[in-house]
Amino acid sequence: MPPKVATPDARAEPTQIAPTRKVEGARRQGGRARRSVVLALVPLASVVAVAAALLVGPAHLSLADAAGAIGRRLGGRHGALSWQDLVVVQVRLPRALVALLVGGGLAVAGATLQGLFRNPLADAGVLGVSSGASLGAVLAIYLRLAGRAVWTLPVCAFLGAAADALLVFAIASRRGRGRLFSGTLLLVGVAVGALNVSLTTFILSVALSSYDAGRQVVYWLLGGLEARTWDHLLLGAPAVLVGVAIILASARELDALLLGELGAASVGVDVPRVRLRLVLASALVVGAAVAIAGPIGFVGLLVPHVVRLAVGPGHRTLLPLSFVGGGIFLVIADLVARTLLAPAEIPVGVVTAAVGAPVFLALLARKRSEVAAP
Amino acid sequence: MSGLVASALDGALCQVAGVGFGYGARSVFRDVSFAVGPGELVALCGPNGAGKSTLLRLLLGLHVPSSGVVRLGGVPVETLSRRQIARRAALLPQDAPADLPLTVREAVALGRLPHLERFQVESDVDLSAVARALALTDTTELADRPVTEISGGERQRVHLARALAQEAPLLLLDEPIAGLDLSHQLQALDLLRATVDTGRAAVVALHDLSLAARRCDRMLLLAEGALRADAAPAAVLTPETLARHFAVRAEVRIDSAGLPYVLPYETLDAGGTSEDRS
Repeated sequence: MPPKVATPDARAEPTQIAPTRKVEGARRQGGRARRSVVLALVPLASVVAVAAALLVGPAHLSLADAAGAIGRRLGGRHGALSWQDLVVVQVRLPRALVALLVGGGLAVAGATLQGLFRNPLADAGVLGVSSGASLGAVLAIYLRLAGRAVWTLPVCAFLGAAADALLVFAIASRRGRGRLFSGTLLLVGVAVGALNVSLTTFILSVALSSYDAGRQVVYWLLGGLEARTWDHLLLGAPAVLVGVAIILASARELDALLLGELGAASVGVDVPRVRLRLVLASALVVGAAVAIAGPIGFVGLLVPHVVRLAVGPGHRTLLPLSFVGGGIFLVIADLVARTLLAPAEIPVGVVTAAVGAPVFLALLARKRSEVAAP
Repeated sequence: MSGLVASALDGALCQVAGVGFGYGARSVFRDVSFAVGPGELVALCGPNGAGKSTLLRLLLGLHVPSSGVVRLGGVPVETLSRRQIARRAALLPQDAPADLPLTVREAVALGRLPHLERFQVESDVDLSAVARALALTDTTELADRPVTEISGGERQRVHLARALAQEAPLLLLDEPIAGLDLSHQLQALDLLRATVDTGRAAVVALHDLSLAARRCDRMLLLAEGALRADAAPAAVLTPETLARHFAVRAEVRIDSAGLPYVLPYETLDAGGTSEDRS
């Protein structure tokens, strides 16, 4: 083979880079300014989203009605409530808060799995973790555990989610010898997800022979945020918040894991232990979210991606902003789901998928071209 | 042997005593012993597959030796936590990821992780360590660019900067100059020289024997399952050693500064080398 000679193209490369550096620097400066703007706007946006969720609906309410209802509730006034107060305090507020909690939890879990697998396509739905949680929950309903004690449903959902997350992780890391390949990971997720769905369908078909159990399973599988109450919030909030807290406390370690296994170990991260902790914390969050709202796809994929574009990939800003951003996204998606064809309701998962699926495909196309290039 | 002398010294930054290791039934090496003290720049040489990367991981406590003990600062490495190890030794892995989606500054700042409590914000000490590491590796200008958008050589320097920012007394580097141009190769080794002269030490896996001889005090030769040499480069690099352990016919010349350099001519077939071994 003839020796490689430097081509004019190869020599031209540095001169191409030089002028873009200043532009790049300016863009980064702009990025920092944008980051502070985003940090200021996001809490405001969440308040606006929740306010909209309280006011919009078949019953027209004013801001004064909503504020008054919440004020009276917080003031501890008892006795007969007006219908406006009932709509705000017993229907729309808990529903909006469940949406905030579930959306935020799913987005944080998505961001965590993406960092852990070093793959922007990782997500509880894509990896089969959500369907594992569904399987666990459906099993709990079918075996009538859920009827006996209310906490068994989220616990079974967590066990299903954790088992799947660990399985996917074990197979994907084994195949990649430490480096996790996106192709392998997605295929493992698809296979595990398909298995979960078929097992869930099997349980459903068995359950249908008994009208009561069958109805409960079907109702639960439809998911969504319809008729979610304070009880749902109280059931899901502790697990979601504990899981999110564990993940937020590991933000720096997630950053370090971007260095690869050896790089992370070099800067003092106990890689196997941190991975296990984060996989289990994500499963806890996803399990609780699925237990109270059913499987809702694409939140964990879409939201961290958008947040990353806005503020960069550092987990110390990515994770908290994903939590708030995911909450806002699901509150708005739910608002769309219940007003678009009112009085009929679309399941909120339809709305999130309509926005999320195109983004996923665009990401996949870009990832493939990156993988194809040497 | 200088290894024995160094291990007798107090304050050796790392001691390897009778260490053996294997993956499953396959033994990589046996009975490796040496010690590295402050101020030493040690080249770790040997043919592919001799276990250089494995030895560096053992030094960081990432593998458990099948025999013997590794000590960092006099303490057996298996009794130290990951964070404690990270404050004693920093590793620059061989193939650091190219798809690191952080800016150069953020990547280098990860080196401060073992010095920070969970929610602690970087202090002036950390920020100046990062700035120093960026300046030393000639990457200050790149600080705000994403690691994904810089060249392979620049990326290698960024990862070196991360290891330096860690400010551990012992640096373990796996092929840190592979992929660098001649000027940056020399610059990287000079940087290591200057770093160890401040009382730290470095163990550097290197394939370029001539460059290793030019800049390192000591050369460890790992080959055929054992530590074959631990001496000054001029004593290790002989035509006989190169034939026996690297399976090449090579000439070793001495330059005007009195340092050896290697001119490889041809590979020796397996039959020839096996005769040599017996």
